[in-house]
Amino acid sequence: MELAQSFVEQPLYKRLKPSDWLYAVLVLVAAGQAWRLYNPFMDGYEQAILAGSAIGLVALGWFWKAWRWFFPLSASVALLGISLYHGQLARAQTAFWLKFLLSSQSAIMWMCTLFFLATLVYWAGLLTRSAMLSRMGSGLTWAAAVMGGAGLFVRWYESYLIGSDVGHIPVSNLYEVFILFTLITALMYLYYEARFATRQAGAFVLLVISAAVGFILWYSFDRQAHEIQPLIPALQSWWMKIHVPANFVGYGAFAMSAMLGVAELLVLKGVLKDRLPSAEVLDEMMYKAISIGFLFFTIATILGAMWAADAWGGYWSWDPKETWALIVWLNYAAWLHIRLVKGWRGEPLAWWAVIGLLVTTFAFLGVNMYLTGLHSYGGL
Amino acid sequence: MTKNSRNTAVYKLYELFSSMRFAIGLLTILAIASIIGTVLKQNEPYPNYAFEFGQYWFAVFEQLGLYDVYHSGWFLTILAFLVLSTSLCILRNGPGFIKDMKAYREKASDNSLAAIKHSVELPADKVDPDTLRAYLRGQGWRWREYQREDGSLVLAAKKGAASKLGYFFAHIALVVICIGGLMDGNLPLKLAEMVGSVVPETRDIPQSQIPPQSRLSTANLSFRGNVTIAEGKSGDVVFLNAGNGYLVQELPFTVSLKKFYVDYYSNGMPKLFASDIVVTDKASGKVTEAQVKVNHPLIVDGVAIYQASFGDGGSPLSLKAWNLEAPQMQPVDIKGISMGSQPLRANGKDYNLEFGELRVFNIENMSGKSDDAAGKSLSQRMQDAREVKHEKQLKNIGPSISFKLRDKQGQAVEFHHYMAPIQQDGASYMVAGVRSKVSDPFQYLRLPLDDKLSLERFMRLRSAFMNPALYDEIAQRTTAKAMQGSAISPAMQQQFAGSVKWILARFAQGGFVALEQFLDEKVPQDKRQAVAQTYVKILQGAVVDVMDVADAKAGLPPVAMDSQHYRFLLDSLVGISALHDYQAPVLLQLQGFDQVQASGLQLTRSPGKNLVYLGSLMLVIGIILMFYVREVRLWLRCGTASVRLAMSSNRHNRDLDEDFRRRSEAIQQLVRGK
Repeated sequence: MELAQSFVEQPLYKRLKPSDWLYAVLVLVAAGQAWRLYNPFMDGYEQAILAGSAIGLVALGWFWKAWRWFFPLSASVALLGISLYHGQLARAQTAFWLKFLLSSQSAIMWMCTLFFLATLVYWAGLLTRSAMLSRMGSGLTWAAAVMGGAGLFVRWYESYLIGSDVGHIPVSNLYEVFILFTLITALMYLYYEARFATRQAGAFVLLVISAAVGFILWYSFDRQAHEIQPLIPALQSWWMKIHVPANFVGYGAFAMSAMLGVAELLVLKGVLKDRLPSAEVLDEMMYKAISIGFLFFTIATILGAMWAADAWGGYWSWDPKETWALIVWLNYAAWLHIRLVKGWRGEPLAWWAVIGLLVTTFAFLGVNMYLTGLHSYGGL
Repeated sequence: MTKNSRNTAVYKLYELFSSMRFAIGLLTILAIASIIGTVLKQNEPYPNYAFEFGQYWFAVFEQLGLYDVYHSGWFLTILAFLVLSTSLCILRNGPGFIKDMKAYREKASDNSLAAIKHSVELPADKVDPDTLRAYLRGQGWRWREYQREDGSLVLAAKKGAASKLGYFFAHIALVVICIGGLMDGNLPLKLAEMVGSVVPETRDIPQSQIPPQSRLSTANLSFRGNVTIAEGKSGDVVFLNAGNGYLVQELPFTVSLKKFYVDYYSNGMPKLFASDIVVTDKASGKVTEAQVKVNHPLIVDGVAIYQASFGDGGSPLSLKAWNLEAPQMQPVDIKGISMGSQPLRANGKDYNLEFGELRVFNIENMSGKSDDAAGKSLSQRMQDAREVKHEKQLKNIGPSISFKLRDKQGQAVEFHHYMAPIQQDGASYMVAGVRSKVSDPFQYLRLPLDDKLSLERFMRLRSAFMNPALYDEIAQRTTAKAMQGSAISPAMQQQFAGSVKWILARFAQGGFVALEQFLDEKVPQDKRQAVAQTYVKILQGAVVDVMDVADAKAGLPPVAMDSQHYRFLLDSLVGISALHDYQAPVLLQLQGFDQVQASGLQLTRSPGKNLVYLGSLMLVIGIILMFYVREVRLWLRCGTASVRLAMSSNRHNRDLDEDFRRRSEAIQQLVRGK
C-alpha cells in the first residue's frame, strides 16, 4: 500500500519546481507593469488579450521548460534595446549597441545570419555525424530565435516612436509576418527536437526557414519592405493580435511537417538513412506537427471569420484568402482522416505533407501575389 | 439490421454516403471547386465577363454558374452532400462509439489480453488487489472489476474517454456550421428566382421606380447589401447583388448620414473612415444615433451596419471658365455639382459637362527620390536596411476635380484640375491634366500664376499672342530694343520686324510644335539648330513686349522686369504652347466647393451567425479532445503467481511504448513482495 502511494500522480502545482514559480512571478510582474503603463490606452479586449497572454506564457513555460529561459532572455534583450533609445528613433543610427545589435532591423539581420549559420552547422553535423555540431546547430537556432523575438519586440516599440498613431504590433504586413513565421517554425522545431531527442532533422527544417530568411533579405534590401507603415482602418483591431499569430503557428507547423516529410522520403529511399532518425520517428514528428498546425489553423480561421464579421460585414465572404484557408484546412483534414481512420503511414502521407506545403504556400503567398481580394494589404 | 436489409439499394447507398472514401472524395471535390472561384473574379458586372471570354464561353460559364460559384446550385449540392455524409458518419459510428466509451471490457479473455501488442505477464510473489487498486486510484484511472470463475480477478481500467467525445464535437460542429451558413446563404432567394417570383432588376433606374418583383420585404431573414448615402440624406433600402442585376431590400428602418469623416496619416495613408448615422425605426419611431467605423459596426434590430466605402456625395462647386477660343473675353463664373452632369455651351457649340469626383486631399511624394535600390553604395544600403522610417517629403497638394467634356458626337475628353496653386522651385502654377482615353495617363500642363496667384496675367498674355492686330506694335518694340542693343543693323530692321511678326503668328497658331514643324519642313538639317536658337531668342525677347502691350491695352502699368517676372513669361510661353494640346474650348478653374461626402454602408442580417460560432467552438473543442486526449485502456489480470498487464490506446505511437514500459516497471515493483 505504501509503495502504491509512491506512484500517486501529484497534482500539477505540486510537481512545479521553484524555478517554475519564479518564472510565473516574472511573467506576471512584467504583465502587471505593462498593465500599469499602458492600461489607459487599451480597450477591454486588449486588456483581456494582455491578461490572456500572461496566463498563456506561464502555461507555456510550465509545459515547455526551455521556454522559461528563452522568453525572459529574448524579452530582456528587447528591453535593453528599448532602454537605449531614450525615446528617440534617430538613436538607432548613432548609439553603438542599437546600430549594430539591438535596433529591430539589426536584431533581425542577426537573426537572419544566425539562421543561415544554423542551417550550415546542422548540415555539417548531419553529414559528419557529429553530435557536437548538431548541438551547435540547436544553439545557433536558439540564438536566432532570441534575436528574432527581440527584434519584433523592439520593432513594436519603434513603431510608437514614429508616431503614437502609427504604433502597432508587428504582424501587420508580409515583411513582419515572415519574421514571425521563421521565429515560430524555429521554436516549434526546437520543441520537437528536444521531445524526440533527435537533432538530425534540423538540417531539413532549417532549410525552409533559410528560404524564408532569403525572402526577408530580398524584401528588405530590394523592396525596402522593412519600413514601418501605419495601419489602414481595416487592420486597426485587436483581432489582429490573435488572428495573425495563430495563423502562423499553423503555417509554421505545416512547413515543418513538409520538411520532415522530405526527410522521411529520403530515409525510405535509403538516402542518408544511417544519419537521419528512423522513418517511424520522422513520421511521428510529422503527425504531431500537422495536428498542432491543424488545431491552430482552425482557431486562426475561426478568429479570422469573427474578425471579418466585425470588419467586412460577414463572417465568410469567399474572399480568395478565406477560400484558400478553407482549401488548406480541407487538405489537412483529409490527411488526418487518412492517417487516423485508414491507418496509412509512410510514403504516401509524407508525399502528401510535402505537397501540402505547396498548397499552404499558395494560400500564404500566392493569394497575395496573384489574386486580388480583401486581404490585399498583405501584398508583395 | 437483418441480413436481408443489408443488401437493399438503400442500405448500399447509406453505406457509401457514410463511408470514409466518400467523405475524402467530397473534401477533395470541394477544395477543387473552391479554387475556381478564387481564380475567376466573382460577381463582376456581366459585360466584363462577356468581353473577357467572348460570347460563346461567356454563355457556357454563365450556365455553369461560374460568376458566382459559391452560390451556384452544384456547389451547394456538394456542401449538402458533405453535411449528409458527415451526419450519416455520426449515425453510423456514433452508437458504437458511445458503447465503447461506456465499456470497460472487463470480461476480456486471457487469450485476447495476451494478443494485445502491449502485454506482459509479470511474475508475482504476492498479489494484493488492494495495492493495485491504490495504484490505479493514485494515477487517476477509472476501472471495473470482474471476478472470474477460475478465481482470477480482472481490473479493467481506462483513461481519456473524452477523446471519443471529441469525435462527436468535431463532426456535429461541421453540420452545425453548415446549417448556420445555409441560414445566412441566399438559397430561398435562388429558389424564388427560379420560380420567377423574384426578378433581378438590370436597368439603371431610380430606386422608387423599381418594380415590386425586384423588391424584397423586411421579412427576408438574411441579406447582405450595400447603399451609398450622401451627407444630409437618408436611405431605407439596400441593394443586393443578384447575378446580372440587383435586388432592392427594404429595411425596417431609415438610415440618415449626418456626417462622414475621413482622416489621413502624414504619409497619405487613410487612418479613419467613420460615419455619424441616425437610424429611425419605421414602426416604432425609435431613434438610434451612433458612429460606425471600420471594425466597429452598429447593430440595430438584428441588422448590422458597416462602414464599407466612401465617395463624393455631390458637392456644389464654383468654377471660373476661361474661354480659350475667344481669349479676349472675361472669364465667366459657373456652378456645378460633382458627380453630376450639366450642359455647357461654348462658342456656339453644345457640350455635356460631366463632373467626376472631388478629392479634397491629394498627398504626393515630392522628394523625387526613388525607392529603387539600384545604384546605391553598400553603406547606403545598410543604412536603409537599418532604418524603419524613411524620410519622404509628402505634401498635401490640395483639392482636385475631375470632369469630362463630351461633344455632340459623344466624344469625351477627361480633365483633372487642381484647385490650389502648386509651388515648384519658388513659382506658383495651376496644374491641369488632360487625356482623351481612359487607359492613358493624364498629361499635365502647368500654367504660371501671377503675383495675385491668379491666371489673369497669363490669360492676358495669351490673349495678346492670339490677337494679330497687336503684332505690329509688338514687332516695333522688339525691333527697337534689338537696335538699341545693337543686335541687328538698321538695314535689317524691316526684315527683323517681319520675322518677329511671323514667329508670333506661327507660335500663336501652334506653339513650339508649329515652329519645329516649320524647321523640319523648310530648313536644311545642318542649319536647324542655329535657326531654332534664333527663333527661341526672338520669342523670348518678344514675349516681354507682348506682355507690355497687353498690359498697356488693359490700362495696367507695365510689370517690373525682374528675374521672377521674366521666368513667369518664359513659363507662360510653355503654357501657351501646351494649351494647344488641351482639346477643350474652355478652361475650367476650380474656385471653391462645399464638400458633401457620401458614405457607403453595408447592411447585413445573418441569423445563422451565432450557430456558426457555436459550431466553431465545438469544432475547436472537438479537435483538442481528439488530438490531445489520449484514450488508454489498461487491464490487470491478477492470478495467483503472476499479474498480466495489458495496455491499448486508440493511437499506437511512441507515447504508449513509453507509458507501457513505465507501468510494467511500476506494477512489477508492486507485486514483487516487499
